[in-house]
Amino acid sequence: MSLRNPSSTSPLRAAPVADGATRIAIYVALVALSLAAPFLFQGIVTQLAFLWLMILFALTWDILGGQTGYNSFGNVLFFGLGCYAATVVQRDTHLPYFVALAAGMGLSALVALLAAGVLGPLILGMRGQYFAICTLGLSIAAADLFAGWEFVGAGSGIVPALYPGPVDERNRFFYYVLLALATITFVTFRLLYRTRFGAAINAIRDDEDKADAMGLHTTRYKVAAWMLAALFLGLAGGPVAGLVGFVDPRDLAFAGATFGVWMVLMAVLGGKGTLWGPVIGAAIFHATQEFFWTYLFGWQRVAMGILIVAIVVFFPLGIMGGLRARWPQWFGEVVDEAARPARADEGGVGDERVA
Amino acid sequence: MDNLQILVAAPVFNLQLLVDGVLIGSVFALAAYGMGLVWGVMRIINIAQGEFVMLGGYVALHAAGAGIPPLATIPIAAIVLYLLGWMLYRAVLFRLVDRDLFTSILATFGLSILLQQIANQVFGANVRSLDSGLGTLSFGDGQITVAEIKLVAFGAVLVLGAALVLFLKTSRLGQALRATAQNAAAARILGIDTDRVYAATFALNAGICGAAGALVAMTWIIHPYLGLTYTVRAFMIVVVAGLGNLPAIAASGAALGIAEQYAGFLLGTEFQTAFLFSLLVVILVARQLALHRQRLYLK
Amino acid sequence: MTTNISKRIARCSALVLAGTFATSATVALAADDTITLGAAISMTGKYSTNGKNTLDGYQFAIERLNQMGGVKIGGKSYKLAIKYYDDESTSARGAQLVERLISQDGIKFVLGPYSSGLTKAIAPVTEKYKIPMVEGNGADRDLFVNGYRYLFAVLNTSDYYLREAVNLLAGQAKKEGKKPSDMRIAIAIENDNFSQDVRNGVLEDAKKYGMKVVVDDKLPPEINDMSATLTKVKALKPDMLVVSGHDKGATLAVRQTSDEKVRVPMLALTHCDSAQIAEKLGRSAEYAVCASQWDDDLSYKDKWFGTAKDYANGFEKEFHYAPPYQAAESSASVLVYADALQRAGSFDSEKVRDALAQTDLMTFYGPVKFDSTGKNVAKSMVLYQVQHGEYKVVAPSKWAQTTLVYPAPGWDPRK
Repeated sequence: MSLRNPSSTSPLRAAPVADGATRIAIYVALVALSLAAPFLFQGIVTQLAFLWLMILFALTWDILGGQTGYNSFGNVLFFGLGCYAATVVQRDTHLPYFVALAAGMGLSALVALLAAGVLGPLILGMRGQYFAICTLGLSIAAADLFAGWEFVGAGSGIVPALYPGPVDERNRFFYYVLLALATITFVTFRLLYRTRFGAAINAIRDDEDKADAMGLHTTRYKVAAWMLAALFLGLAGGPVAGLVGFVDPRDLAFAGATFGVWMVLMAVLGGKGTLWGPVIGAAIFHATQEFFWTYLFGWQRVAMGILIVAIVVFFPLGIMGGLRARWPQWFGEVVDEAARPARADEGGVGDERVA
Repeated sequence: MDNLQILVAAPVFNLQLLVDGVLIGSVFALAAYGMGLVWGVMRIINIAQGEFVMLGGYVALHAAGAGIPPLATIPIAAIVLYLLGWMLYRAVLFRLVDRDLFTSILATFGLSILLQQIANQVFGANVRSLDSGLGTLSFGDGQITVAEIKLVAFGAVLVLGAALVLFLKTSRLGQALRATAQNAAAARILGIDTDRVYAATFALNAGICGAAGALVAMTWIIHPYLGLTYTVRAFMIVVVAGLGNLPAIAASGAALGIAEQYAGFLLGTEFQTAFLFSLLVVILVARQLALHRQRLYLK
Repeated sequence: MTTNISKRIARCSALVLAGTFATSATVALAADDTITLGAAISMTGKYSTNGKNTLDGYQFAIERLNQMGGVKIGGKSYKLAIKYYDDESTSARGAQLVERLISQDGIKFVLGPYSSGLTKAIAPVTEKYKIPMVEGNGADRDLFVNGYRYLFAVLNTSDYYLREAVNLLAGQAKKEGKKPSDMRIAIAIENDNFSQDVRNGVLEDAKKYGMKVVVDDKLPPEINDMSATLTKVKALKPDMLVVSGHDKGATLAVRQTSDEKVRVPMLALTHCDSAQIAEKLGRSAEYAVCASQWDDDLSYKDKWFGTAKDYANGFEKEFHYAPPYQAAESSASVLVYADALQRAGSFDSEKVRDALAQTDLMTFYGPVKFDSTGKNVAKSMVLYQVQHGEYKVVAPSKWAQTTLVYPAPGWDPRK
């Protein structure tokens, strides 16, 4: 359904910025840079690893938030479950490190899927703000429950197994693991958004009652989307625990006031409902945060607060959304020049033919 | 459960839990009044509600430090926060009024971080407390004790609640508020300056929170990070009680306080908050199922 | 398409930032004549008050040492300096920035952060890079069971905080002609690393005497009210109530026991002095028993600061508040480094590490001697009681200034 027609000279022609060959070259360059990064920027490997985590956070939020229209403030629940599941496996089985990590991640995935599968049907029936606050409540309750559960160390948290190697090797290892996870998440979602599934969840976002009336099993799609997000979030838990070296129930695993909200902010900043929006939002948010932390000593959280308010108030469509409103032809949308003023973008509707 | 046995063996402690619950819940109810107002009139869910309470507490602390009698800091905190609320509306919040709730949640979340961190930088993270100078009532040979300041808080909730109801029903501004809440466009057509209404609403909310904060400083402690506790409980109370219903908010606040006390007593305080949030989830799910049944019925 | 521009922007910003990070390595190890110690400090977040105490402690000691000529190595005098970043009171940040200090800023000697949780997260990093860390604020004994060779702690482990209170209680029981096992204890701790350890120490000693624990509550960090716990205390009438929850716990405990007129013969707390309960809460704080790593009335003495009292006076003059033990132990950490560096006569971290392991030093903070796991086994915790608005040492008897007032009088006579 692409409306691009490069050979036509009509004013309705969409103008893609780069053609196939350039696009491939850019992809290759990005991939090469990502793979080489730990060796190029040796001092900031951990920060870069966290960049991939942030991208994963933003993408998994967006599948439910931007694409399906259900704004969850509790996705961090699955990440926390993943952290704990993987760490408990490492602690209680005495398997060699990498085997335990893999097994742990497997358990994390299962637990996260189960949680989403069970909670989904119950909670995804709620609309709008109730869903948002309910998910927030879930993640806070989880934080407190795990902080009171002796088996997982209660408030003291758990220390994951020590990586069998020097610190910089450990950081590189987890960098690649998180890079792989983020990439798989991205590719999966990219493929998925082009299928019937993607159209279905967008339909739910655009008008759920109509979709329901047309016979779409909305609950199934919503739960499936959430389970997919949960899967990747859960998988990320083990590697992050290994990288950080200490699973604290409130500060790391179920960090609702930080990770939980950043997930939302990054996607909104980049442009929710788009594929690259969360990625860009995550990159910029993370970079800005690191920048603030280094240079605004003590005031970085204040700056963060200001940034959040500014993003939400002045960039409601996010960067991608803003770009799209300004230059819709880059997105493969045909622009009827005469009717242009009327196309003040609502964001999220229309062909998303990106890359 | 030995804790349960205590309650059975010495029923008088039930009374203590009830009394504590109602009194503690009443302070949350104050925060809930304001939240309900802002939500109903402006369609904004104010995540920074708890931070207003916190700031009210600091105002009270500083006022008392300047020699003002502790109880008199309550109206002072209310006034200072009222002005702050007005300024915040004019600076930032007016842009949020026409947006969806999700945007307001995010933006006010950013605001709450901002206020919290500024408070941390300016006031330090020390835990502070203010002595109200009031005593403690004691019954049954010390088995039931009630700090008088908690009674003052309770009284404040009742008085403020009644004052709000009266204000909304009889005063012109109050009626303008209600009109705007019902239908903002129609209100505008009828000549109501909705912008002024919004500003007044938000400022009023901040003022109520300020008073609550002064009470909190005297009853418990104040520190820059206590905001989220109040925000979330206020939200829970509003969800359970419904937006416009002030008496129901007061009652829900009391119920919430009692539930928390019992949870803390029976389950252990480490599960007090978890219990509360699980309760929230259950309430929301139950509400959802009830609505769903209604919707099915309507099909 | 549009994406590549956005991608380019993202990539460019990443590169710019990377460049900035790489060039921000400002401090060389011991170039010119400065030895730089690195630290993660909690400047924001829940530990920011104690983080400031820690930083002030480090800086006070560094200033004093520099005033006195610095550290002599190989015949040359070196000044000390500190490079630090904000760990935001979270472990992830702490570990990250210590790595940064070591790999980017070239730091060879690390000073500890505030809190056991952060120390736990950072210790594996310093261990892997083989960089010594001398810390004064991470007291969890779990830190010392992993065989770390590069970790040295000047303070007593957290389980020791209130063991002495249990001993005192047993002593009081005997004085009243009762058996220690007749005594009943209530515990309310904040649900974090440190406080759980305090609880473990109390439980272990209580078990030794056969005392019964009748209340065992964990307070979530955001809890601002402990009335449910206090109602239990009223119902069960224990002989001692133990509350550990950093500053907030101490303040709440004093505040609410007073407000609710909950009478316990002994109220045992941690963090009284950093919460300043005697100064801020007046008569309500009377008779509270407090655990402390250090007290300015103790008769320790050293060549840099003089007596403990001298240290306290000097600190207060400079920073305008009386130094809580968190500041004292931080200063002591710096003194230990200075002593070790001089004995090692070198900047080699292995040699310094070995010199640290051999430390046998008296400081204003107390004696410092490390066992093979890095714990300080020469110093003991003290307990003091708030009497007439002042903190008076009541235990251990070797250092006691005055006797314990037990049981604490009821509330009405006090008002």
